[in-house]
Amino acid sequence: MQGKWINRLLLMPATAWFLVMLVLPLVVVAIFSFGERGAAGGYVPAFTLDQYLNLPARFTAFKNTLLLAPAGTLAALLIAYPLAYFLAVRASPKWKTILLVMVIVPFWTSILIRTYAWIFILGGRGIPTLLEFIGIEGVRLINTPFAVLVGIVYGYLPLMVFPIYVSLEKLDKRLLEASADLGSPPLRTFRQVTLPLSIPGIATGCMLVFILLMGEFLIPALLGGGKVFFIGNALVDLFLQSRNWAYGSAVAATLVIIMLVTVTLYMKLVARVGEQREDVSIL
Amino acid sequence: MPKDYKDNMPISRRKFIEELRRYEKGSVSRRHFLGVTGLGFATAVMAGAVPGLRPRKAYSAGELGDRVVLATWPNYHDEANFSAFTKATGVNVQVNVFGSNEEMLAKLQAGGSGWDVFVPTNYTITTYVGEKLIEPLDLKMIPNYAADAFEPRFADAGTVGGTVYAVPKNWGTTGYVVNTKHTKGKKLTTWKEFWDITKTDFSGRTMVHDYQLTTIGNALKYFGYSFNSVDPKELADAEKLLLEVKPHLFAINSDYQPPLRNGDAWMSMCWTGDGKQLNTDMPEMEYVIGKEGGEIWSDFYAVPKRAEHRAAGYALINFLLDPAVNARETLAHGYPVADSRTNKLLPKELLEDPILYPAQELLDTLEFGAAATLTDPNRAELLARFKSA
Repeated sequence: MQGKWINRLLLMPATAWFLVMLVLPLVVVAIFSFGERGAAGGYVPAFTLDQYLNLPARFTAFKNTLLLAPAGTLAALLIAYPLAYFLAVRASPKWKTILLVMVIVPFWTSILIRTYAWIFILGGRGIPTLLEFIGIEGVRLINTPFAVLVGIVYGYLPLMVFPIYVSLEKLDKRLLEASADLGSPPLRTFRQVTLPLSIPGIATGCMLVFILLMGEFLIPALLGGGKVFFIGNALVDLFLQSRNWAYGSAVAATLVIIMLVTVTLYMKLVARVGEQREDVSIL
Repeated sequence: MPKDYKDNMPISRRKFIEELRRYEKGSVSRRHFLGVTGLGFATAVMAGAVPGLRPRKAYSAGELGDRVVLATWPNYHDEANFSAFTKATGVNVQVNVFGSNEEMLAKLQAGGSGWDVFVPTNYTITTYVGEKLIEPLDLKMIPNYAADAFEPRFADAGTVGGTVYAVPKNWGTTGYVVNTKHTKGKKLTTWKEFWDITKTDFSGRTMVHDYQLTTIGNALKYFGYSFNSVDPKELADAEKLLLEVKPHLFAINSDYQPPLRNGDAWMSMCWTGDGKQLNTDMPEMEYVIGKEGGEIWSDFYAVPKRAEHRAAGYALINFLLDPAVNARETLAHGYPVADSRTNKLLPKELLEDPILYPAQELLDTLEFGAAATLTDPNRAELLARFKSA
């Protein structure tokens, strides 16, 4: 009986936090999304589905987000995996720490400043000028979807590297030896032993990066020149420029629903992969 | 940035700290960040963070408090004036820089802006009054404001229903700036040419503002409609043009100076002072007022309701309206003032500058933005659709 009370007491702060910071705002968003824009902006109470019916007006923003977020996640995975593999399996212990620190160091500076650096790298006097030296002219990088993709992959790479690194680090090296002893060539060992064992890391990394990318607005704003629009940018605009809180809430609620659906599907997929292999049990 | 005397002086300790703060907060170019993210606040100058540098107060301690928060526009003040104010009053000036009136309104509507003074444009003031967001000014606290010294057409918008809610800061025009190195000798004079050349020779090189009033207004001008039109059919025409032009734009962004200076962009919608600053440093940058018309505007100082450092806010407005101080402001930022006392102190060549004071026949075509234009939901949604298209 006493243990139950202690449990409740200890869970109180977390419960209060979630109620005030998560549940309550979501309820407000839900209520606002059925309202109307005030005459000078803001919100006036109403019950209408107009805001949801107007969602197609943000189709491109949803499309950009739903294309570039998975693309960015995939690109980050393809770049991060070899790096994490090298760090966890190949690097000598002496170098490992130094290299790990080097992956973390950029995090000491705000993402805002690092993204600003990319404005100069991708801008007319950056890479395009270098390309002109070798005869490739007229390349424009800044303010294109490609620039945004580069920015998000750069910004979120460490979040992908670390989970994969951790899962590879735990990998029992004797398994690799066993596989080799039994006659597997290195590629097959990788495919049948290393890769399956690192799936928890891949799954976690992809999830982290994907969820954050779905809400991203800073990188598209800075590297897309206001032309490559994510849902995050549409939301900022609706609340801070056109002051249409009702419509903004409807867009936000829709984004939450899309996220719930995609993440649930994703977890199911990962769980199924996990079931097939008893050694992989995650999430 | 205009070259001024400060550029020739070694960086002071305080200036260094200010720059560092700015850098830490990510405002390498503050204006850029603000414009594109719409966040609308990068708190910049925090001289108060360096206690050792606080000057002695001429006012008795605590009379005005130790700080005042000013929400204003980029490149719109002479920082030496703020230092002088701090020296005289002991009040440190904390500056929040914004990219559009919409952002300012959004922030005040959301509540808790924390500003003591801000700088709204003419067409917003009736909305602020209607929404009860600003207070009637206590003119006794602004003795430097002499109503009869100001040209009425730039001062009238501050008075609503016979009550003064805002006093004039600067006025100006919204035209466009074009890098004439790329025009092949062609002289641009109209908004029609602005949009047409964007679709052809200037593809990928043009910038438009990141707010609805001017971007839509100047697209309306392509068809010869009013800058302030809220007519659904006319707005539909403007939207069609904007969507057609969008793939040819370099960016939708009110921070146009950096890309124009480094050569990425060749043309942009532009305010008087930015036109002047760019033209001073790069003579090939020409400031054009479209023959069809466009915007003329007037900015004001106003005090939000429940301002935390109200007395200090009034003291700051009064200080900045001192003609000698105001003249230094204009020399630094290149925006004209409507105050005859200040103009007496300005050099003749500035008062005859065609960028600051365009020819009368050009001025005659310009329109002040209207309150209905600011709050029109269709215009707001049109720009949002254009951006997310």
